[in-house]
Amino acid sequence: MLEVKNIHKKFGSNEVLKGVDFKVEKGSVIAILGNSGSGKTTLLRCISFLEQADKGEITFDDFHKDITAVTKKEIRQLRMKMGFVFQGYNLFRNKTALENVLEGLTVARKISADEAKKTAMEMLEKVGMADRANFYPDQLSGGQQQRIAIARAIAYNPEVVLFDEPTSALDPRLTSEVLDVMKKLASEGTTMVVVTHEMDFAKKVANWVVYMEAGVIVEEAPSQEFFSHPKSEKTMAFLHMTTSDFVI
Amino acid sequence: MSERLVKILISSFPRILIPGIKVTIPLTLLSFIFGCILALFLALVQIANVKGLKQFARFYIWVFRGTPLIVQLFIIFYGLPSIGIILDAFPSAVIAFALNLGAYNAEIFRSAIQAVPAGQTEAAYMIGLNYPQTMFRIVMPQAFRIAFPPLFNSLIGLTKDTSLASSITVVELFTTAQQIAARNYEPFALYCEAAVIYLIICTVLTWIQNYFEKKLVWNTPTPVKGE
Repeated sequence: MLEVKNIHKKFGSNEVLKGVDFKVEKGSVIAILGNSGSGKTTLLRCISFLEQADKGEITFDDFHKDITAVTKKEIRQLRMKMGFVFQGYNLFRNKTALENVLEGLTVARKISADEAKKTAMEMLEKVGMADRANFYPDQLSGGQQQRIAIARAIAYNPEVVLFDEPTSALDPRLTSEVLDVMKKLASEGTTMVVVTHEMDFAKKVANWVVYMEAGVIVEEAPSQEFFSHPKSEKTMAFLHMTTSDFVI
Repeated sequence: MSERLVKILISSFPRILIPGIKVTIPLTLLSFIFGCILALFLALVQIANVKGLKQFARFYIWVFRGTPLIVQLFIIFYGLPSIGIILDAFPSAVIAFALNLGAYNAEIFRSAIQAVPAGQTEAAYMIGLNYPQTMFRIVMPQAFRIAFPPLFNSLIGLTKDTSLASSITVVELFTTAQQIAARNYEPFALYCEAAVIYLIICTVLTWIQNYFEKKLVWNTPTPVKGE
């Protein structure tokens, strides 16, 4: 469904992505793991054109092109089929929860006000935020804001939802309320790509895990296999470091 | 205070206040509105990086911030007639103030737009909004909130600067005070009185600013039917 090939990206002299191939099948839930600076967020941002890749190819359904040659108009059309959830939520501060969800429906997709409102309320219901529909982001907790941000990203039924460390700014309790919503989406068959540090989510919810280090994909495998039989030593070291219990 | 002085102050008060209301305030508001429209244009061409216009905007701001307001007034009212452009005093003043304010407020608008976090724009693009929709629906309303206090600052500054129009024969608040002082030889009392009237106008503006600043915060739930 969505595939990028040989993605390169440099920031100045710092090469963040060194030729990454990445593929998303319909209905899959992919967790991208890796330490900070491994390039996982940059990969997500190149796929969504929030960063311009230096080199590579993109395929999305029947659209195929050199990723550096995609026009503004095409970028917008591709984004119409993507949802994006940010680490910092990025809810529109001048709009209520409901208006945040409505914006993509009524303004970007010209859906009639009544229909859009019905959809938006359903989405807020789904993330458990219907009772906060008329609150502004500044009046809500981080977890609540992120759930609304998810509702905003799924409202127009995108083909794939990209999550960029959606719980990294949240404390454990708020993290679990956001993860619960994401689990629900996964169980409903939503196609998801999740850059995360939540090993439990990768283990239990994702069905495919990608491990990145220093701008390349070191290993990728079905979730169970990834955790039970990692092949690369780098992956083993990472898993050992992130999953071992603290010894005091 | 002598009885004569009190009489002068009382009788001159409405005589100064009336041109204040009839001339100073319209002069201020007209200049401010035109100045803001110009400023918004100058800010947007810079933000949107429009080739040519961006350089023009920088040049314009450089010139109008770098030369004294009173010199700009004199060029327009006394200077332009020598190249065949003759304008009345009031429109000359409006043009000079608007051109000058445009340069200053352009910087207010530009910095306010740039102060809206990049994440807001990115989120707007990701839900499928295009550039104008993102600017007008997401960025500018938030930028306006940021720009509001410095904009009022510039409005209050302009209110007082309009007294410079007295130097190009506009009969406004300060001109009237000057005329009365010239007749009764009480410059101290009359100029203080003029100062007090400016202070009153600016106080009202401050109240208006405080009122709208409270309204411009997005932190009160909008009322819902049935609640």
